[in-house]
Amino acid sequence: MSHLRSSARASVRVPVVAAAGVALLVAGCTSTKSGGSDDGSDSGGKVAIGLVTKTNSNPYFVKLRESAQDEASKKGAKLIALAGKFDGDNQGQVDAINNLVAQNVKGILITPSNSTGVLGAIKAARDKGIVVIALDTATDPASAVDATFATDNEAAGVKQGQYVKGALKGKKPAIAVLDGTPGSTVDDLRHKGFLKGFGLTNGSPEIKGTAVTNGDQTKAQTAMENLYQRDHGINAVYTINEPAAAGAAQALSGKSGVVIGSIDGSCTGVRNVQSGKFAATVMQFPKKMAQQGVDAVVDYAKDKKKPSGFTDTGSQLITDKPLSGLESKDTAWGLKNCWG
Amino acid sequence: MTTTQTSPVAPEGDTTRPPAKTAVARALGNTAAGPLAALVIAVIVFSATTDTFFNIDNASLIVEQFLVIGTLALGQTLIILTAGIDLANAAIMVLGTLVIAKLSQDALPAGVALIVGILLCTAIGAVSGTLVTRLRLPPFIVTLGVLSVLTATGQLFANGESFSVPSGVLTFLGERSYLFGRIEVTYGMGVAIILIVGLWFLLTQTSWGRNVYAVGDDEEAARLTGINTRRTLLSVYVLAGFVYAIAAWQALGRIPNADPNAFQTGNLDSITAVVIGGTSLFGGRGGVPGTVLGALVVTVLTNGLTQAGIDSLYQQVATGILVIVAVAVDRVVRRRAA
Repeated sequence: MSHLRSSARASVRVPVVAAAGVALLVAGCTSTKSGGSDDGSDSGGKVAIGLVTKTNSNPYFVKLRESAQDEASKKGAKLIALAGKFDGDNQGQVDAINNLVAQNVKGILITPSNSTGVLGAIKAARDKGIVVIALDTATDPASAVDATFATDNEAAGVKQGQYVKGALKGKKPAIAVLDGTPGSTVDDLRHKGFLKGFGLTNGSPEIKGTAVTNGDQTKAQTAMENLYQRDHGINAVYTINEPAAAGAAQALSGKSGVVIGSIDGSCTGVRNVQSGKFAATVMQFPKKMAQQGVDAVVDYAKDKKKPSGFTDTGSQLITDKPLSGLESKDTAWGLKNCWG
Repeated sequence: MTTTQTSPVAPEGDTTRPPAKTAVARALGNTAAGPLAALVIAVIVFSATTDTFFNIDNASLIVEQFLVIGTLALGQTLIILTAGIDLANAAIMVLGTLVIAKLSQDALPAGVALIVGILLCTAIGAVSGTLVTRLRLPPFIVTLGVLSVLTATGQLFANGESFSVPSGVLTFLGERSYLFGRIEVTYGMGVAIILIVGLWFLLTQTSWGRNVYAVGDDEEAARLTGINTRRTLLSVYVLAGFVYAIAAWQALGRIPNADPNAFQTGNLDSITAVVIGGTSLFGGRGGVPGTVLGALVVTVLTNGLTQAGIDSLYQQVATGILVIVAVAVDRVVRRRAA
């Protein structure tokens, strides 16, 4: 997911600057209130729904928030949107949950920064009768929340792997793996899915090199240049997200015949598929997550019926060079459905 | 080397200078020796352990990879020499790339967009410098604030988009040509050489440069000797802002796409390069050659370790250890000098 990009900020190399990180942390979480009138006179009649995203800045979460906002307005509910300060800001998310509990929301939609980091606050909220739904990223265990609406990231990775393998058209694969950030749940699932779709394991000799890119286009470019310098035979690239794919494409510009696959479904990413910078991307649907999450809370407020289980909001292979046996949509469709 | 005319740092409150330096102190004070040794060792090790490292193509690649972070580190060097620190340098550069790219998309001629971007980065440098000199705020806090403001401004400005730039003036620094028909070079390398020589000249051959070292060494003592310390400090931040603008131009040459989420660790990477380059975080000692070597060391480590097939996390470990060693050496040198 593109939100990986912001986690890079958490990596601190120089002791002096660690203090800067601490200072940023102290500033706490950011908040935007929106939806409905907030003057108290009529808010009593409206269902209040809390939304806690990983960050406020990432376009992916901006889209998620906007979609939740639209859906809430449509259903006559009030949305209170809060966010962590950066990806991995567990404390900011815990503060946000506590804030929402204090504001008597009916339900909380959360994209947990970390699968286990916010479980205590979630339990406290559920004990008060608030329905809690995970969006985009599942908690561990999944039963810590009432329900989850998310992309099956492993399945999305499988689609990338299958496509890249197929696009090699029988050539012997020599793969560069451009990972996101080690330890991220979503990254691990995508990586695992890609290998599964390709029919490989981490130790397979077809993998010529692996690099951590934090989903940053410049780091991905440098990593790809170095891996290609190491092995000029590389003909397939796994990327954690579209900025990483863009960096890889830049590093390989002028070298034909390398198949780059990606995941995310941003409009920039789809345009890069259209222009041939990379071969395919796998789109996910934050809008669906937001809509279904809001609807579930509204339903709960109406008839006390709690949602449950994992709902896969789906993922879609986007390419202009379809392969037989792999269901895909073209970039024209992609540009109509991309998230930002 | 640049440091020959600087004197070792006197302890706090002690404004008397030590007498003429001993040969040992001069050798130790030669801050570029450490990073040079590290670079030579790294090159030897990677040449011996991989088949792909020691060749002219990879040398070109290393220099290309060095350009953006090296340029950021040059600006950072100016500020660290005055005992300051700039946490906002990469954010200034990224905002520069965004503004340049957006303006050129909105049908301004590319050259004009570039000039606006350069003026903007320089002006931001002037704002930081004014806050540091007029309000006497610590550079750490000022640039932390500027970092936060600019990161958010970049996101708001870009509104979730990234902007690609057309080929031409804006991507000129990334264009390649071949020396002797064999050695791949970019125009960005030429600009970097001009910048390096220019800054080296300013710092070592002009009275302005001597003032910068004096202010970094001991601001109060510099003021007492008649140096306008405020004006010197302000000029350092303005010049650094200009250097970050050149980094923005270099960045567009590397990837013709301005992304608000790029270079999130650029500030730390540039500080890392400066510190490994032997410039003292306490100010007044170090300089351009050390920083160039420091940035090359960082680039070579990433390049070589990747080709040796070593996990990226170990690359961060290696860089971190080098930083600590560099700061420890600086500490020892300071103690001996005192």
